[in-house]
Amino acid sequence: MTAFFAFFKTYLLDYFVDSLAFGATFMYGSTGETLTEKAGHLNLGIPGIMCMGGAGGCLVLSFIGASGLPPFLIVILGILGAFAMGVLMGLIYSFLTVTLRANQNVTGLALTTFGVGLMKVIMSNKKLMVAQNYLIIPKEYFRFPFASRQDSLQRLGVMFFLAVIITIAASYFLYRTKTGLNLRAVGENPATADSAGINVSRYKYLATCIGSGISGLGGLYYIVDYMASNEAYLSIEAYGWLSIALVIFVLWRPHLTIIGSFLFSVLLSCSSFIATIPGVTPSMSAKPLMRMLPYVFTIIVLILSSIRNKRENQPPSSLGLSYFREER
Amino acid sequence: MPTPALELKNITKRFGHKVVANKNVSLTLNHGEVLAILGENGCGKTTLMNMVAGIYYPDDGRIFINGHEAVIRSPRDAFEHGIGMIHQHFKLVDIFTAAENVVLGVHAGKKDNLKDVNSRVSEIAAKYGFSIDPKKKIYDMSVSEKQTVEIIKVLYRGADILILDEPTAVLTLQEIKRLFEILRRMAADGKSIIIITHKLNEVMEVSDRVTVMRKGENVGVVNTAETSEAELTNMMVGRQISLNIKRSEPVDPKPRIIVEHLDYTNPEGVKILKDVSFTARGGEMLGIAGIAGSGQREMLECIAGLIRPQTGTITFINPKENKPVTFFHKKISQVRRLAAQGKFHYPDGTRVSLKGMSRKSVRKLVRDEQILFDENEIMPLRDKTPLEIRELGVKLSFVPEDRLGMGLVGSIGIADNMMLRSYRKGRGVFVNRSKPKKLGQTLIKKLGIITPSIRTPVRRLSGGNVQKVLVGREISSSPKVLMAAYPVRGLDINSSYLIYNLLDEQKCTGTAVIFVGEDLDVLMGLCDRIMVINSGRITGTVDARTADKETLGYLMTKTQGDKADGSN
Repeated sequence: MTAFFAFFKTYLLDYFVDSLAFGATFMYGSTGETLTEKAGHLNLGIPGIMCMGGAGGCLVLSFIGASGLPPFLIVILGILGAFAMGVLMGLIYSFLTVTLRANQNVTGLALTTFGVGLMKVIMSNKKLMVAQNYLIIPKEYFRFPFASRQDSLQRLGVMFFLAVIITIAASYFLYRTKTGLNLRAVGENPATADSAGINVSRYKYLATCIGSGISGLGGLYYIVDYMASNEAYLSIEAYGWLSIALVIFVLWRPHLTIIGSFLFSVLLSCSSFIATIPGVTPSMSAKPLMRMLPYVFTIIVLILSSIRNKRENQPPSSLGLSYFREER
Repeated sequence: MPTPALELKNITKRFGHKVVANKNVSLTLNHGEVLAILGENGCGKTTLMNMVAGIYYPDDGRIFINGHEAVIRSPRDAFEHGIGMIHQHFKLVDIFTAAENVVLGVHAGKKDNLKDVNSRVSEIAAKYGFSIDPKKKIYDMSVSEKQTVEIIKVLYRGADILILDEPTAVLTLQEIKRLFEILRRMAADGKSIIIITHKLNEVMEVSDRVTVMRKGENVGVVNTAETSEAELTNMMVGRQISLNIKRSEPVDPKPRIIVEHLDYTNPEGVKILKDVSFTARGGEMLGIAGIAGSGQREMLECIAGLIRPQTGTITFINPKENKPVTFFHKKISQVRRLAAQGKFHYPDGTRVSLKGMSRKSVRKLVRDEQILFDENEIMPLRDKTPLEIRELGVKLSFVPEDRLGMGLVGSIGIADNMMLRSYRKGRGVFVNRSKPKKLGQTLIKKLGIITPSIRTPVRRLSGGNVQKVLVGREISSSPKVLMAAYPVRGLDINSSYLIYNLLDEQKCTGTAVIFVGEDLDVLMGLCDRIMVINSGRITGTVDARTADKETLGYLMTKTQGDKADGSN
């Protein structure tokens, strides 16, 4: 028993806390995507939106990071910048798919390509990213409650808790409020929602834009908080895709996203964790294989939920379909 | 005279330039009464009510509610005026509970939370005598329960005027009886109710007054107590009009397809076809009349092999030999195997041995029917897929109701659509593109199809041209049986006549034509015999040349005294 505790304290605790922190990236992405999908829109633009959210936040931070504003204001403005950029991307997406009824998959993929590319241009531009202020100054601010601690807890900061709060709030909103009920109705059966007097387009717009805003926070979190490195932006896209997989993994239930994101990051970083245990050296090929695990688990969940075929575990019925009001 | 609950004045609604769905319709609904709107399909009943419910907006005319003019632009406006419509196709979210569906879209500002809704729903249910569990999910519910949810939904929103579109179409006799009791109770409570229907007996049973509609117009209002089913039928079908459609005499009519005792229950468990038996003859046109949704579509789909009837037989008579189709072979290897078992013989009775014969010669033997299959069993078409039916040598063509859904692929051109029939031809993995293209060009010329090019997606063509493409393709395979469901729906006069003539030509070549139509005048002018289907049952077959509208109308709407149905 004591041996286990010793092992736990030396290796596992750090690993788990780090996974929690890492998971917040997907928590943002996947909560945002869930909101969008509940409105019946499959937004494959999430990777691009997360990238652009990160870029938006970093832009704001790079200008105000060294301005001497109060720390909490810098943090809030940074978050707002990421959110606003996400909303902007969501607005493009919803204009194309809701108003113009463009194909959702094509639009989403285009948005991803666009977002990832544009983010790289912004992030590598020396004039915009003044002295990389976005990294140097605010890091301590973002780790607000535990910033000074020396143990692994210092990895959890304001934005981690914000992710948890947003996720719980989204879950409460979807399943406990009437507006949430209306939103789910829009994603399930827009014709029904329409005839019940619900403004389908407005719900779709709002859900997509707010969802995209939330996803955008994930990008910022990953760059300035979790990684706090000037190369972090290069890998956000991959985590965007993972966020979409996570939505499926938790069967469109935001409250499970908290556990799901933790599980995903545990699986994702298990290769590096194993390497830290003395006496274990994973082979070169094992590492990429282990990084596949989240996707493998998603497929397993999909298979299981398809076999059980319970109606509640299925994606929103009109996911991916544009809504035309029936006319003769 | 008290103010009526709802008054429509001179309502007109057009769709596009040509189609007038409602022409100058006026209508009055009093407080506490049940008004039936009676009419054949396509006469504009539902369109009229959709304007009251805010689905459509009238082009002309005014709507008064309790004496005040109302502008209803959306379902929400309708709710606010106390109007609730229960559509024929329920608008419910499957994975929600009854109560969640009821509260859907009701202003979030109202304080009632989801828990209170459950008790409110039970309250309303108790008041009018519904039985419903507010926490039950819709996907677990029967059709009648779903309807109950729909009714409670409009009552919950405080509707005083309830419009029910064909509410009994999907219910059993007991359920209908219970629904009517509830309707009467609601009327006694002061609610005003409109029920859209084409069933005479229900009109007589439940309504106080009847408004009869025909071809978009209101042809009269009568008090139910002072009328009879016969009078209503006459009002509904109207006077006979001669249309001058070309009708040739039947050519050597001999049975071609024999359908016996067909029963079909759809996946939802609703009995659609009940003991359907009939014979379609070659060189003759069989018209099928009936209220929409009486099972016409399913009947044709059963014959075409698209859906599988539970019981019954369908037999195809080979016109060459004038006997039922027997053996069919799929593959040469299958023939070889059966021959090895000694199942084939030559016409003179000696056993066939295929040993050592080349594929080519075996195929020739089978094709030219030089060898015969021992068991002279009749191959029933039931349980065969469309492909198997074709391989049986049955040349069957089907012009489905849903042209761009089932008949053609909207996003590809005429030539490629022709290939849907011939894609299996050609060498190896390659398809033969030149023949379909030629066929397409022939059709464009022959039928006067207006299209920018043979490659233009058929979706972009007008309705009449789309139909010409489809009918042209189906006819080009020189079918022995041609089935057409509502082939002129939505077409202008010229295109309609062209289609009539094409069908008539086919009849003259000896094809058995089955024509499902909705306009009785057309059926009587075009077909040789008319069979009437009524709620999945054949209620009669009449000679089209001597038939009269009253008889047909009666056959289409008469109630069947069959109590056995009510028990399920």
